Amino acid sequence: MKIFVCIKHVPDTAANIKLVGDNGFEDSECKFIVNPYDEYGLEEAVSLVEKEGGEVVVVTVGKGAATATLRSAMAMGAARAIHVQTQGQFLDSTLTAKALKAAMDQDGAADLIFTGKGSVDTEGAQTQYRLAAAMGLPVVNEVSRLTIDGQKATMEKEIGGGEREVLEMPLPGIIGATKGLNEPRYPKFPDIMKAKKKKIQEMAIGDLGIDENAGASQLVKLEAVPERSGAKMLEGSVQEQVAQLIKVLREDEKII
Amino acid sequence: MTRTGVLIETGEGKIKETNFGVLTAARGKGGDNEVYALLIDGDAEALKAELCKFGVQKVIAVSLASGDLAASPEAQAGAIAAAAKEYDLKAVMGLASTIGRDLFARMAASLDLPLISDCISVDIDEKSGVKSHFSGKTFATVKVDADLMLCTVRPNAIEAVEAPVDGEVLSFSATVADGAGVKIIERKKGDGGKIDLTEAPVILTGGRAIKSAENFTMLEECAALLGAAVGASRAAVDAGYAPHAMQVGQTGKTVGPKLYLACGVSGAVQHFAGMKTSKVIVGINTDKDAPIFAKSDYGIIGDIFEVIPALTEALK
Ligand SMILES: Cc1cc2nc3c(=O)[nH]c(=O)nc-3n(C[C@H](O)[C@H](O)[C@H](O)COP(=O)(O)OP(=O)(O)OC[C@H]3O[C@@H](n4cnc5c(N)ncnc54)[C@H](O)[C@@H]3O)c2cc1C
Ligand SMILES: Nc1ncnc2c1ncn2[C@@H]1O[C@H](COP(=O)(O)O)[C@@H](O)[C@H]1O
Repeated sequence: MKIFVCIKHVPDTAANIKLVGDNGFEDSECKFIVNPYDEYGLEEAVSLVEKEGGEVVVVTVGKGAATATLRSAMAMGAARAIHVQTQGQFLDSTLTAKALKAAMDQDGAADLIFTGKGSVDTEGAQTQYRLAAAMGLPVVNEVSRLTIDGQKATMEKEIGGGEREVLEMPLPGIIGATKGLNEPRYPKFPDIMKAKKKKIQEMAIGDLGIDENAGASQLVKLEAVPERSGAKMLEGSVQEQVAQLIKVLREDEKII
Repeated sequence: MTRTGVLIETGEGKIKETNFGVLTAARGKGGDNEVYALLIDGDAEALKAELCKFGVQKVIAVSLASGDLAASPEAQAGAIAAAAKEYDLKAVMGLASTIGRDLFARMAASLDLPLISDCISVDIDEKSGVKSHFSGKTFATVKVDADLMLCTVRPNAIEAVEAPVDGEVLSFSATVADGAGVKIIERKKGDGGKIDLTEAPVILTGGRAIKSAENFTMLEECAALLGAAVGASRAAVDAGYAPHAMQVGQTGKTVGPKLYLACGVSGAVQHFAGMKTSKVIVGINTDKDAPIFAKSDYGIIGDIFEVIPALTEALK
């Protein structure tokens, strides 16, 4: 079984984002990681291949520095990597999907493709759908339970309020993974060493015939979310504080 | 004036409250947009009055010429796209709920149009939206170049304002090509009656301080009086006090309610990543130096086992 896993090189969610200009950030100053949701897809792919044999190939579209992120993914068990190189961090998801498809087409068809449910930097949650449309494959996102039975995948996703939806699709198909699917492994030292020798195939996005600046959506402004300046502390006995709280929520904030 | 469609989500036959903020946004800055409500389930005639209260001029009951709409997310997305074309809509928006996120992404992908997802504000004239980037640390303004603007809106982000008009119901039967074959085969009910965390207007979250699964009933009792949902920090989930579905934060749910009460939660960055865009945040913590207080609007230094029962009592 051959499985592609799309992983995105993203700033660590705990990283401080230093904004530069109207719509950029200083990426040399923060730590980058494998997009956390993509790790669930990667773990699932690696454990499937451990059981049934085959190969896991990670694919990323991103800046040169994404090499380190690909090495982390290979330390988790991917056999090799494909890196479509870009100049910028922010790429229109239509173009990302085009680049992913072109890279995969060159490599040869897979039985299954995993993505994460969404990336934690741009929070778009749409690249997997665009990839599916481009490749003519079915897609289910936010999958937290998966069973594969021959040419069919049965999946569960949470739809809110504790309700779950059970879905089916024929394979090959695209699965957007989320928490609950598994517990991604921590690579051990020998895995990290082995990953250094694994192959990364590199190509420039331009060589796939894609202009990375030609997207139909444009990030025009990036600004820090205003920080709260500290809580107004309520005073008095427990009863008095509670009474004050109800009063401000009703009269000042008008939310209850 | 722009003719704008809104995909309406229902639950148990009723319109979800969170739709009304989306309808308000759909009316546009000048409030003069022509708003079409798109219904893929529910009884359009019965729901019309409530929709018209929020400015809906046409309620479109969307059905499928052949096939089972309810079982196919691909057909649902295809039917909405067909309705957008039929009525010449210039923008279509909906909730960034589990269902809305899925359908809008399917629609955007099949039409090859850009999609601004999970907006906290929308400018239909400018074809732009403001959304979170980097787990709530920054706001991004994204502008699209398309004849049909597609966006989803974070539940509770936009305040609902009434603007009553007279409206009418139209039926539209869509012909949709067979999709690649995703089928919904079952919907498993949860514990019943629980409000969806991501759509709740008020959330009470229990942290590690809650100490046991049983103690969550204390929060639930208070939540019932506030029409609130109950959430949990990762520490509370990891300790087995609450199921993962209740987790708020970077690896849990992203929420943006009008009111967020953090009960015995320290206020770690990863927790804030999931609730930072809440309108009002209240921290309740025994430790006056807990980080939660630095980033809340109101704070109570106190023991949740005293404060919450007192709050419940006072609300009764
Ligand atoms: C990669 C990663 C992802 C993560 N994702 C998430 C996530 O999605 N969500 C999340 O929440 N965390 C997440 N975390 C964990 C996060 O860093 C914190 O460890 C966690 O949020 C702490 O939970 P807590 O505030 O409930 O517990 P604690 O930090 O232990 O805080 C408990 C608080 O309760 C107070 N307290 C104790 N007793 C009482 C009482 N009787 N009354 C009132 N107050 C009391 C204490 O003073 C303390 O401030 C993540 C961490 C990592 C590394
Ligand atoms: N640049 C990228 N390279 C590889 N995979 C990506 C990239 N961008 C997005 N993806 C995949 O698509 C999913 C959804 O991304 P997004 O639409 O950006 O939220 C992610 O979880 C990844 O699996």
